[in-house]
Amino acid sequence: MALCPSGRDRTQPTGGATTPVVRHCRTERYGPAVPGSVQSVERAAAILRLLAEEDEPIGLAQITSALGLAKGTVHGILRTLEDVGFVEQDQAGGPYRVATEVFRLGWTKLDQNELRSKALNWTDALAARTGESARVAAFHAGRAEVAHHVFRADGGTQVLVTGSVVPLHASALGKVLLAFDPGAVRSIANQPLPALTTGTITDRIVLQRELAEIRDLGWAGSVGEVESDVAGIAAPIRDRGGYVVAAVGIEGSVERLCDDRRRLRPALISHVVRAGRSISRELGHGRDL
Amino acid sequence: MTEKYVAALDQGTTSTRCVLFDRQGRMVSIAQREHHQYFPRPGWVEHDPAEIWSIVKRVVPQALVDAGVDAGQVVGLGVTNQRETTVVWNRQTGLPIGRAIVWQDTRTAELLAGMSTGIDPADVLARTGLPMATYFSGAKLKWMLDRDPQLRPAAERGELLFGTMDSWIVWNLTGGPGTGSGASEGIHVTDVTNASRTMLMNLETLDWDDDLLAAFDIPRAMLPEIRPSIGRLGITSDPLPGIPIGAVIGDQQASLFGQTAFDAGEAKCTFGTGSFLLLNTGHEIVRSRHGLITTVAHKVADEPAFYALEGSVAVAGGLVQWCRDNLGLIRSPAEIETLAAGVPDNGGCYLVPAFSGLFAPHWDNRAQGILVGLTSYVTKAHIARAVLEATAWQTRDVLDAMNADAGIPAQSLAVDGGMTGDNLLMQLVADALDIPVVRPMMAETVALGAAYAAGLAVGYWPDRQVLRRHWQRAGEWRPQTDPQRRAAELASWRHAVALARAWGDRPS
Repeated sequence: MALCPSGRDRTQPTGGATTPVVRHCRTERYGPAVPGSVQSVERAAAILRLLAEEDEPIGLAQITSALGLAKGTVHGILRTLEDVGFVEQDQAGGPYRVATEVFRLGWTKLDQNELRSKALNWTDALAARTGESARVAAFHAGRAEVAHHVFRADGGTQVLVTGSVVPLHASALGKVLLAFDPGAVRSIANQPLPALTTGTITDRIVLQRELAEIRDLGWAGSVGEVESDVAGIAAPIRDRGGYVVAAVGIEGSVERLCDDRRRLRPALISHVVRAGRSISRELGHGRDL
Repeated sequence: MTEKYVAALDQGTTSTRCVLFDRQGRMVSIAQREHHQYFPRPGWVEHDPAEIWSIVKRVVPQALVDAGVDAGQVVGLGVTNQRETTVVWNRQTGLPIGRAIVWQDTRTAELLAGMSTGIDPADVLARTGLPMATYFSGAKLKWMLDRDPQLRPAAERGELLFGTMDSWIVWNLTGGPGTGSGASEGIHVTDVTNASRTMLMNLETLDWDDDLLAAFDIPRAMLPEIRPSIGRLGITSDPLPGIPIGAVIGDQQASLFGQTAFDAGEAKCTFGTGSFLLLNTGHEIVRSRHGLITTVAHKVADEPAFYALEGSVAVAGGLVQWCRDNLGLIRSPAEIETLAAGVPDNGGCYLVPAFSGLFAPHWDNRAQGILVGLTSYVTKAHIARAVLEATAWQTRDVLDAMNADAGIPAQSLAVDGGMTGDNLLMQLVADALDIPVVRPMMAETVALGAAYAAGLAVGYWPDRQVLRRHWQRAGEWRPQTDPQRRAAELASWRHAVALARAWGDRPS
């Protein structure tokens, strides 16, 4: 029996009642090879296993020696794993660890309609308290999509915008998703940040700084960044495990949302943050009832 | 000065919730818990009243804790409830004699068919506004008493008490059997809206009707006192003492009130377990010629009662729940929209959810649910779509009846209830009705209406005009289907309904 026949596709229909043969052949020190396997994927898997087994983040040199591979090879794989969000570092050049997102693989993504049903009462209350239109958005199928929309209280013709897309780098809802959802961040990597107004942040460094601030504060603001006379405030919605799954916020004229120095009104901010907490509770965050 | 609030206790068909509202009618906190549904036989639906009371005891304090509010800050409590569901309990022990028979339960179909020989259905309709359907409490209570010969004498001696869910809860809230040290017994009351669903109350006198009590063989001693819906009727002693109960009102009448449909000509449709279209007819008792029922809308202390025409649909959200619990088609009710949105139409299949027979406008106790139009093309997504369409078309059927009775077609429909979170359903309703569908900024109008009623009773709000100003449009769906397609779909739906009725009529 030939060991490791190369180029054989395991999923290829062979016809007849053939029992799949499990072949183990340890060709290198970093783990079992699978027939027809792609070497770099095997190596990436080995790196992930190694990182997952360690309690502390480990450095490039350690990984290299543990797997018996060339430093350049390991570095290339680590960079790719970092790009796809499976591995992370606290600082450039520092040790690596498995990103939390890996542990969420296979978790069911929150259904947009489920999200709306949980958010319904609290977005109503938010719209009633602030007098502004309220929205819930989630990063879904590669875009930041509005899952729920409540009209502004003062009437006027308004149309439901559920299902439309909000700009990640310019809107308050989008910035919350960027700050907390690695999938959202990845979607704009290597993409231009278009200037929607003169106030839109188009510089990545500036955006990074703002996202760090959003993570600190627990809310995001946008003043004249999507449309010159429109402002927004948004806060994260967390699931049972604390993971940010969506954002809730209000949007309205700069005049109403800001004071005369174009600073967002603290009372409105606290309404938005509280709505975010209430919806998170509906999703099971910090609740045991 | 500490902030004051009004609480609503909404005891619904699937869950019980306590909701706190502020002076602007905005929700401050909500605590909610589901209870068990018992389906012991085909057509039977039961709840455990003791479980429901234990849930009430949990959610009321929980809502206050969530809001960081103490009982002293709650100036009034409004109680609202699933209607018609029938409870009998022992006055001394405070224990129910068995499970409650739920409004959807059809076990009394035979009993009613047998009764109609000794009682004129037209007379019952004239006195109560109700057709002889399994839906209402009277026959459920008679069924309970008929089953055990010891019960009727015990009821006559005043040892057993009857009530709809409101009576059971208020009796417990105000002291129950009164066995605690120095505690007095709870008050045994119901309100005119709940009493109007028993088939035992006369719509004109708003009192129990002796002829009907005789016809159903129900001892008057076991019946609660009928009170106005709005007005102080007691103080809670359990689970939190000292909160004035300002209102008791059936859930659909509560949501009519919560939509601020205070005056004649104003209507709403609530999408919950069932769906219920109510039109306020003012102080006039209007008789439907198209299969709607006449019911009490609300009543303030010494003022004349407001009445309503109602189109009751037994199964709406209940069908979605069935898809989750009995079929495993979805994991949560909201997912029905995700599944249904995966296909552009129903693929030719139609579902008539006649699980409790058919209510308005057909009133057919024997009709049974059917799924028709199946081919190998049909997927679960098409069935999910048929599930949502069933609610839309049933709403169309009761709206047509209401338009025919009113003589003026409705220009738009105010909707509420948890199912209004389903955007696809709301679009389908707008498409089926061919008028815009409007959702207010508080989908939980049942709780809001009970809070409004209680708040008015205790003077938290000065008058109804203040409440009208709280009403805001939160969403709107406009019809998008072309008239030809609508007409074809409606014809198919009506054919399917005829089949559900024919199936119920099969030779046994």
